[in-house]
Amino acid sequence: MESSVLKIENLAASFGEHTILKEINLSFSRNTLTAIMGPSGCGKTTLIRCINRMHELVPNARVSGKIFLDNQDVYETDPIIVRRQIGMVFQRPNPFPTMSIYDNAIAGYNLNGIKLRKEEMDQTVEESLRKAALWEEVKDSLHRKGSFLSGGQQQRLCIARALAMHPEVLLLDEPTSALDPKATAHIEELVSQLKNTITIIQVTHNIAQAARVSDFTAFLYLGELVEFGPTARMFTGPKDRRTDEYLSGKFG
Amino acid sequence: MGKIETSVHRRIWVDKLFKTLIILLSLSSIVPMFLILFLITKNGISVVNWEFLSQLPKPVGETGGGISNAIFGTLWLIGLSFIVSVPLGIFAGIFLSEYRGGKTAYLTRLSIEILQGIPSIVIGIIAYVWVVMPMGSFSALSGGVALGIMMLPVIVMATEETLKLVPDSLREASLALGVSYPRTIMKVILPAGLSGILSGILLGIARVAGETAPLLFTAFGSPFMNQNILKPISSLPLTIFNYATSPYPEWHTLAWGASFVLISFVLGLNLITKLVTKKWKVQF
Repeated sequence: MESSVLKIENLAASFGEHTILKEINLSFSRNTLTAIMGPSGCGKTTLIRCINRMHELVPNARVSGKIFLDNQDVYETDPIIVRRQIGMVFQRPNPFPTMSIYDNAIAGYNLNGIKLRKEEMDQTVEESLRKAALWEEVKDSLHRKGSFLSGGQQQRLCIARALAMHPEVLLLDEPTSALDPKATAHIEELVSQLKNTITIIQVTHNIAQAARVSDFTAFLYLGELVEFGPTARMFTGPKDRRTDEYLSGKFG
Repeated sequence: MGKIETSVHRRIWVDKLFKTLIILLSLSSIVPMFLILFLITKNGISVVNWEFLSQLPKPVGETGGGISNAIFGTLWLIGLSFIVSVPLGIFAGIFLSEYRGGKTAYLTRLSIEILQGIPSIVIGIIAYVWVVMPMGSFSALSGGVALGIMMLPVIVMATEETLKLVPDSLREASLALGVSYPRTIMKVILPAGLSGILSGILLGIARVAGETAPLLFTAFGSPFMNQNILKPISSLPLTIFNYATSPYPEWHTLAWGASFVLISFVLGLNLITKLVTKKWKVQF
């Protein structure tokens, strides 16, 4: 069994009166890809936003429970540090429109005021764009605006931007939901390669995608963690009736 | 058959009439602008030459002389009002767009709206009480304060409106990279709204460049090339006001010339604003 890098204990989350998540216990192994699936509104996105404390941006959000990244309590750490260790990619590609492709890739350093030497920057940009399988397509137009890229390329640029910070964990919030099938296939392939070097937690409402790319799957329903286990086992022999019904398309 | 044909003819006729009417009315709305431009150009352009732009005014009876003191004064006053209003206005705009729902934001927005509605002459009096009286002298500084107060609402509102349009996804992108909130505002949100903020500043300048009333008892006017911000200073609208209300015909001509210079400046600013908005607009 691989070592666990991220551990969620008794996590509950609510917005005002509205309870979103209850009693979530999960553990993510190093360099694996875990898919979090479930019908719309089941709390998938809230769950991963709790991991890097992005849910705190909503004024009346409340959370209880603990999340450990390498035995360090995420909620006892400054969110700025947490977010540098846990990267995130969003549903819609959101490259910085005022920046070039190059500046987008290195944005995590520039915006944080971390000074790098020119060679270090060049190296980080090339390395992260290569990891995001975008380098070959953009290496001759690094100083053009990122918003000229296609949707799929923009999303890979966002992945590169997150990878440049060398995070331990990468959170993907339905990264392909705004993309066409071809771009989706491209991202899936990329993600399958990335999981060899980084722990990935991917939210998806696409059952087939979860089956294709993930090692582990967590099934969330109405804010509850219904089932968690190796993807292959879960898809062939789900233990919970609700998982079975969801996978066979009876709801969701 | 006949009945349908008449009704269709009538329809077409009414259609044409309506179309002609709205075209005529919209054309007539631009007529005043062209008349003003025409009149000022006709009377003013013959006066404007290098001497007019570069020399100081001469005493009554002597021919020639220019308005360099007024041009310099207007630029000086714009500079001062810029310093007074731009930093304050941009930060207030950021606050309003960031804390939309709060009570403080509501009060701030209300005050800004009221401030915008205050007549300029009243702002002149306020600047007189605040700056001229304590310092004991009319001054460029007090004029700058008066114009700055007039510019403030334009800049605050432009900043707020522009920043509201910056999508939240950009803020999230920045915060998720571990960038602090102040840096996110200064390096991501503000640059994304730069064109709107710049055009707000330019429009604000265009608005105060032609103000006379708030300067009457603040900057006061001066026939000299004054570079001391604690002394009275001239401005284009003040010069126009003084010359146009004087009993000397040759001064009236000078007023036309000064009007032409002022209106060219304001027109130029408006054109630049259009260009800035178009060129630096960020696509989200």
